[in-house]
Amino acid sequence: MMLSRRNFFKIMGGAGASLATITGNSHAGESAETFDSFGCLVDITRCIGCRKCEVACNAHNKLPHQDFNDMTVLDDYRRPDWEKYTVINRHHGYPVDDVDHNVHIYVKEQCRHCVKPSCASACVVGALTKKKNGPVVYDEKKCIGCRYCMVACPFQIPAYEDHNPVTPRVIKCTFCYDRIEQGKMPACATICPTQAMIFGKRDALLSIAKKRLKNNPGKYIDHIYGEYEVGGTSWLYLSPVEFSFFPELGNKPPPKLTEMILSGVFGYAAAPTSLFAILGAISWINNRKRSITLNEVSGREGEEK
Amino acid sequence: MNGEFAPVRGRFWTTGVKVMLVFMFAGAIALLARFFGGLGYITNNNDAYPWGLWIGVNVAGGVGLAAGGFTTGAIAYVLNRKQFHLILRPALFTALLGYTFVIMALLTDLGRYWNMYSPMINWNFTSVLFAVAICVMISTTILYIECIPIVAERFIGNVNLPPGLRVFNTIIDRLLKFANNTIDKVMIIVVIVGIVFSCLHQSSLGALMLIAPSKVHPLWYTPILPLLFLMSAIAAAYPVVIFEHLLIEKSLDKKPRMDILTPMARFMPVLMGIYLVLKIGDMVSRETYVYLFDGTAQTNAFLVEVIFGVICPFVLVLFQKVRKSPGWLFFTSCLAIFGILINRINVFIVSYSPPYGGIYYPSIGEIIVTIGFISTLFFVYRLGVTNLPILAVDSEEKAV
Ligand code: SF4
Ligand code: SF4
Repeated sequence: MMLSRRNFFKIMGGAGASLATITGNSHAGESAETFDSFGCLVDITRCIGCRKCEVACNAHNKLPHQDFNDMTVLDDYRRPDWEKYTVINRHHGYPVDDVDHNVHIYVKEQCRHCVKPSCASACVVGALTKKKNGPVVYDEKKCIGCRYCMVACPFQIPAYEDHNPVTPRVIKCTFCYDRIEQGKMPACATICPTQAMIFGKRDALLSIAKKRLKNNPGKYIDHIYGEYEVGGTSWLYLSPVEFSFFPELGNKPPPKLTEMILSGVFGYAAAPTSLFAILGAISWINNRKRSITLNEVSGREGEEK
Repeated sequence: MNGEFAPVRGRFWTTGVKVMLVFMFAGAIALLARFFGGLGYITNNNDAYPWGLWIGVNVAGGVGLAAGGFTTGAIAYVLNRKQFHLILRPALFTALLGYTFVIMALLTDLGRYWNMYSPMINWNFTSVLFAVAICVMISTTILYIECIPIVAERFIGNVNLPPGLRVFNTIIDRLLKFANNTIDKVMIIVVIVGIVFSCLHQSSLGALMLIAPSKVHPLWYTPILPLLFLMSAIAAAYPVVIFEHLLIEKSLDKKPRMDILTPMARFMPVLMGIYLVLKIGDMVSRETYVYLFDGTAQTNAFLVEVIFGVICPFVLVLFQKVRKSPGWLFFTSCLAIFGILINRINVFIVSYSPPYGGIYYPSIGEIIVTIGFISTLFFVYRLGVTNLPILAVDSEEKAV
């Protein structure tokens, strides 16, 4: 069976065009890249490690019951997990005061609600989304449980309900999205007795942080963690010591490269369509003299006509 | 059967096959534990290491090995060379099995596997994994279409349903004929679309880990990782086809078809050479060779991958003696397959170090499931070639 040349091109052309429409709008989407969103500023020098923020978070988000009066948990390093959106960790042995005494510091851990979140860019189904006002929220209805968001997050934040056989969820801090929508502060920021974390617009928080750095020489190291890390995060930290307890990260948002590659490969379907055209041309040249059916392959018809 | 392809005859139940059955059974039990106890019950994955053996080997390794065969098989149409045609069907069939198993393996690893249709409704164009998912789905569908002639050829004029269903014999026969003829006409387009999507998902698979620059070891973290994945998958194509030919011919007591395999092996050094040059060139240009001899497990894994998985098979297959000898060729193909597998394991597991530490090594359960999947794949392949016209037959044999 032989395809006439015109037919051949008609079919090739049609297939190429539909390929182009399938992949046509696949260039990288924009996520809400606004600096006008809400954030929190954590001042590590003010935190006394009372775990009240953990209590408030647990209550507001109806997480499994825990004993929050037990301060011995601070002896071990902890990560947020399937029953904790946030944890306080104690770090030892920082000689920070004048007489070289070792002082403890307490550091709160939770999702940083990145300005350009890797998790949201990575999620297959867009189950994680960056809201205009700051929070990165999770929709379990869309999630397929591939855990790519966990691979992507530079802060190792999303946790997984590994023990749940049927409906496991990705667990992470929601920035109390529901409360923020109602004009309230996140539960943890509301309860903090020392105002170690303050809630507000991200750029306002940044200027407060810079003022604190300027007015208290020697109290902090000159670094606002989260100002530039991975393109900026909604949660910002001031610390009396080097941020060695946090990962060292570049300033480029990690999704930049992958989104660039994706739009390079799929953008306007240019690459796939040209590959299709090239292959089509080669096969047309190679098949001109011969029939191109599988019957020929299986030897039912002669090799050459 | 009057074609060049025919079902292979031979003893089906060898000891090897019985051992495979045992593995399949063990794997099935382990999977039951996974579906009733949850992922955490059977795997060693945790919040620090969300991905493990199942993603590295069953999914990424599987795609790498399967699509190579697919692409080569498809090239038969584009280049229209007789010698490719002889490997077309085995290559297509392997790819079909490979992809089917990749999807099944993926389902076992997804936490919410019942939500699998979600990516078809919820599109996220910034997600590399979304691109991979869609392209794999399309490629698999295309493979099934491409394999219709294999089934059609076996059953056309041969449909023989059990009594009671006999009335449907003619209808099914007609349907098969219709499907077969339609595919005949559009095969070339189907094949080319298949190649395009295959290339797309091979390369996007390589872009997956690029979202985590702070977690992936610099020896592997390179912007050209997608290209490396594509090239290594293409380079693995012939080794996979040669491996399965020699294996099935040995186990069914047939003479190895060196008349097909030796000319095919001539392509191996070229493709492996391109991959090797890219890989080394990338290392030199990013100056990551500084890590090479620091003795960590990661760099050692890199050395093993490049020396035994790429350089060794590349050098070996340069020799004509190797290409002509079934034993040596088998060994070389094994090395090349090992090379791509270890590369995927390295990229997805070994190179990955989460910021807050911890270790991951696969649990017994994960290993049992993986072995179970591989055994099932071999088993179904054997079932396929002994029952369907897939492998090319010797002309003398055909005369018998
Ligand atoms: S910290 Fe991690 S989980 Fe939170 S928004 Fe950033 S990438 Fe997502
Ligand atoms: S586990 Fe769920 S939320 Fe995370 S990337 Fe996969 S689909 Fe998205």
